[in-house]
Amino acid sequence: MAIPIAPHAWHRNREGLGIWEGRGRVVATGVGTSPTARRWDEKPDTSMGALTIMAIRRAIEDAGIMPDEIDGIVLTPESTTGVSNDPNAPAPAGWDSVFKSVDYPQAGITRGDIDWILLNMPELKNVEFRMNGPVCMSVAFTTAAEAVSRGLTKTCLVVRGWHNLGGRYYVGQGAAALDTASGPAKYGSIWGMPACASTAMVFEEYCNKYGKSHDMMAPFIVEERRNGLMNPDGYYTQHRPEMMTVDDYLSGRWIAKPANIYDNDLPIQAALAVVFTTPELAAHHKLKPVYILNHAQTRPELQGAVPTLNEWERATDRMGRMLYEGAGIGPEDVSFENMYDGFTLFHQFHLEGLRFGSRGEKRGYALDLYQTDISIDGPNPVSPSGGNNGNGRTRWWNHRDCILQIQGRSPSQIKRPAEIGISGAHVPNFCDALVWAASAD
Amino acid sequence: MIPAHSSITSLRGAQLRKQSPVPNDLDRPFYDACNEDRLVLQHCGACNRFQFPPRAMCPRCGNPGLAWKQVTGRGRIQSRVVVYDSPVSTLIPDQPFNVATISLEEEPELTMLSHLPGVPVDKVPIGATVEVFFESTPATGQKVPEWKLVSHEAPQTPR
Repeated sequence: MAIPIAPHAWHRNREGLGIWEGRGRVVATGVGTSPTARRWDEKPDTSMGALTIMAIRRAIEDAGIMPDEIDGIVLTPESTTGVSNDPNAPAPAGWDSVFKSVDYPQAGITRGDIDWILLNMPELKNVEFRMNGPVCMSVAFTTAAEAVSRGLTKTCLVVRGWHNLGGRYYVGQGAAALDTASGPAKYGSIWGMPACASTAMVFEEYCNKYGKSHDMMAPFIVEERRNGLMNPDGYYTQHRPEMMTVDDYLSGRWIAKPANIYDNDLPIQAALAVVFTTPELAAHHKLKPVYILNHAQTRPELQGAVPTLNEWERATDRMGRMLYEGAGIGPEDVSFENMYDGFTLFHQFHLEGLRFGSRGEKRGYALDLYQTDISIDGPNPVSPSGGNNGNGRTRWWNHRDCILQIQGRSPSQIKRPAEIGISGAHVPNFCDALVWAASAD
Repeated sequence: MIPAHSSITSLRGAQLRKQSPVPNDLDRPFYDACNEDRLVLQHCGACNRFQFPPRAMCPRCGNPGLAWKQVTGRGRIQSRVVVYDSPVSTLIPDQPFNVATISLEEEPELTMLSHLPGVPVDKVPIGATVEVFFESTPATGQKVPEWKLVSHEAPQTPR
């Protein structure tokens, strides 16, 4: 049976909805993170599926609960934004001796699959609620928040794995290798833009409008890498533990100018699982519960071939207003922000939509903020997780760090009290975001 | 049917070797019009709004009764990037090349894309007026819209 996605009625995608009905009725406790790798070496025990199982077991252990307490899973099935195998490609040699297989042969390899997880984790014997949060783990988080708040699951895993196969991520592979273009991608692909190009176009428009420049990104890039290198679970800490400098950033080769190589996040293999439950049940978990005060969604207006600065500013402004309205807070209540950063050039759109670090400015101030103290020790901790730029591409380091910050155990713990944090992903006009807090009060 | 390889110059700085888009039932009116050197776009009467790429319905109101309307093809250069690392094999030999967003006169929020043939990289005049022309693509000859400068008067400094 096909696994459903959240009904549209669960979306909080407009203003005027008031305080979220689930406010204070959902908490996060345990977090499990797999090891990282740059690419898959085609061995079963290092596959995306194996990493996912490892992350789930670690999250359950971290929460201090038993596997049979899990009664729900929300999973993001897509495990890359790059290249996958053919959906019907057989599993590699030796796979069947390690894992049981479902009908979909790429399950656990290039696609996450709840049925595959349950087949290979017999200890999860009480899972009855299953739902997919497609495209981005932020969708899985907001879906799980609604599911728990509505009583559809009491203790729910939120899960996403990432695979990264050999070869270059997109270049000259699959449809990009052809001299014709078919399907919806053709409207963009004939122009030959790498993935970061549409973001770079809007960033260029931003710089033209507000008199900013690409080199003003450097302090943010460096600070994110510094934060990421504090994280023992991050890719760079595990495999490339070298700090980067402003000069490194400014001399990075262009991909789609004004986006250079360091504005693009590094694809990796990794998996994350998080335990969501109710405040009542969390009383016997061993970790401090982190309350979800609200969530909200934006989706593209789909008018042109690529988004415009106006659209991204409208979307992120609306996201900020929706999040604050539903949580019953304001920008001044936010201790830190962990909005998405992969590509780095759109982080400031999210940040400005939240009015984070604003001294009354509405737009065009973020790159100036980057020139001030945005470190974890300062008054405005920007992206303390280090994000994708500091840890590798997952779209979930930011969410994970909100939980860890508020529990007081982030490897890059901010100096000011971590009372309320906001995370969201991915692009400014297609974003699911959450408000996390130390208490429901 | 446009003959393959018609009027292809394939010169760096002039025409780039784009992939040939393969029309489907939804977007065939757009591509057929391109082959007649006309730019047509879907228009939602209820929202009085143009959109591109083609879709089965208006993403704003859900209206499935979208009409194809011809537009002038005049617009302004809104933004640009210079591509140094394209994923598309046919375009890699032409790197670096421009990709610009064109904001259409009839619907400024509607952006279309252009290589701005003949405009040197890093010399794109943001805000300059452009007009559409139609370029044949190498593999099938299918024409696609491209844009050329009408005026170099730009409200902003070239970047």
